[in-house]
Amino acid sequence: MALDNETVHNIARLARIEIDPSEVSQTRSALENILELVAQMEAVDTTGVEPMTHPFDATMRLRADTVTETDQRDKFQAIAPSAERGLYLVPKVID
Amino acid sequence: MTITTLAELAADLDQGKRSSVEITQDYLSRIEASDHNAFISVNQDLAISQAEAADKLRASGKAGALSGVPVAQKDIFCIEGTQTTCGSKILENFVAPYTATVVENMQNQGLVSLGKTNMDEFAMGSSNETSYYGSVSNPWGNEQNKLVPGGSSGGSAAAVSALLAPAATGTDTGGSIRQPAAFCNLTGIKPSYGRCSRYGMIAFASSLDQAGPMTHTAEDAALLLNAMAGFDAKDSTSLDVPAEDFSAGLNNSLDGLKIGLPKEFFGDGLDSEMAAIIETAVKEFESMGAIVKEVSLPNSHLALPSYYVIAPAEASSNLSRFDGVRYGYRTEEYNDLVDMYTKTRTEAFGDEVKRRIMIGAYALSSGYYDAYYSQAQKLRRLISNDFTDAFKECDVIMGPTTPSPAFEAGSRSDDPVSMYLNDIYTIPANLAGLPAGSIPAGFTKSGLPTGLHLITPYLQEAKMLNIAHKFQQVTDWHTRTAPNAISGGKA
Repeated sequence: MALDNETVHNIARLARIEIDPSEVSQTRSALENILELVAQMEAVDTTGVEPMTHPFDATMRLRADTVTETDQRDKFQAIAPSAERGLYLVPKVID
Repeated sequence: MTITTLAELAADLDQGKRSSVEITQDYLSRIEASDHNAFISVNQDLAISQAEAADKLRASGKAGALSGVPVAQKDIFCIEGTQTTCGSKILENFVAPYTATVVENMQNQGLVSLGKTNMDEFAMGSSNETSYYGSVSNPWGNEQNKLVPGGSSGGSAAAVSALLAPAATGTDTGGSIRQPAAFCNLTGIKPSYGRCSRYGMIAFASSLDQAGPMTHTAEDAALLLNAMAGFDAKDSTSLDVPAEDFSAGLNNSLDGLKIGLPKEFFGDGLDSEMAAIIETAVKEFESMGAIVKEVSLPNSHLALPSYYVIAPAEASSNLSRFDGVRYGYRTEEYNDLVDMYTKTRTEAFGDEVKRRIMIGAYALSSGYYDAYYSQAQKLRRLISNDFTDAFKECDVIMGPTTPSPAFEAGSRSDDPVSMYLNDIYTIPANLAGLPAGSIPAGFTKSGLPTGLHLITPYLQEAKMLNIAHKFQQVTDWHTRTAPNAISGGKA
């Protein structure tokens, strides 16, 4: 499975990861090797096979729509890189 | 040096021979004296205060089976007030604000947590070499021949094998309990998917991740699994099944037990010495009355390709939460929000984690979903169906846990795909969600431990532990101690 550098950059962008220009070819060949392993899947005819998303086809349980959590905002925000007055701070998004 | 089991420690505590504080202090001293790098953090004060509480509980007559017994916790489990890194730089400063259910279950029964064990970053690895906190040495190796302990639960395996803890917790997404257990001569059990709560266990691949015990003996694994397992409303895929005593059937007879040997697990790629050891182990069962037959798992060769789509896809989704906003590392300098996310992740994730996130992002991206993720899930069903068919003919499936014994440090870290091949026998059970385990099977000529792999039908952990325990009654492989273990006060 051959990838071009543009595809590698596009995958990295989707993943919010930056690849140093000096490492692009190395990353590309590592990804290609993994995709080559994965390519063995192509040979199998899976027509009519239902995809298995979970062991034992478990379905997500629903719970009663009631409040079960207490307010722990201060506790959780104490470990945030940047928080103020109950808000998480991030760089300006809208000018 | 001899191994010390949980059962022995529990008996000592019960008879008042030693206190939990004495036992805990002994293990803390061993950890301090060791240079295996098996632990990322040790909280001595917390361990001693838990031990004191356990001693009081015992004095008041309310002690449970394992009250006061210390264990090591893989650093993937959140423990309130303690550093929880998951082997990553991105969580170096993360102090968990809550406790994982599995750990809480153990704490409620008075077990003591010695510390947090080293692991491959986000449990992605088979050698513990992807940890930001450094590699771990396998106590079965030495200065001239440095061996990996396996991974991702490599710190847990090394800790128990080096006698720094009598037992440890691990997690297994594609073999991360069983492969290190095999490399370090331990008993490691991956229960049925959903047996142990995933709440507070940092997610890698949510449809595959499962916690389990890593111990010297099957008897101990049953005791620790009793303490870890149970329904949890906080995990949406937790199994709501009646509580079970996994120790109850340990001594059941194996007369008439039907053992299935999948021919696919004994083909190319298996070290010939390993094959001979497994064959000898299987003969032990025959002498106990078991019947051996060949079975087939015709789609098992598709497990690795299928896994390397499903696990990275789920990981890319799970690890999107690490963005430098709510917890963990944030980059120092950035221009805008996307730049902040990108620099944070680029600076704080290691190479293997980045690779898997990218593979996952690619497999899930527009135009590729059907060819990759959907196809992988269809193969997952075929692999699962193979087990259903095989278990019509046998009670347990056996084979080698790994294709070869522990390998040299640094020998495979440059070639991800050769590293992935370590898990070729263990991954199918994760895809199917079945209980599986590895038990000490014997030693190679060069003195390295090997693992016998057991897979049983859904929810039949007790049967598997029974099979493992009976084997350990007629063999002594599990009692052998590593040349680089640490002798403690009671050596």
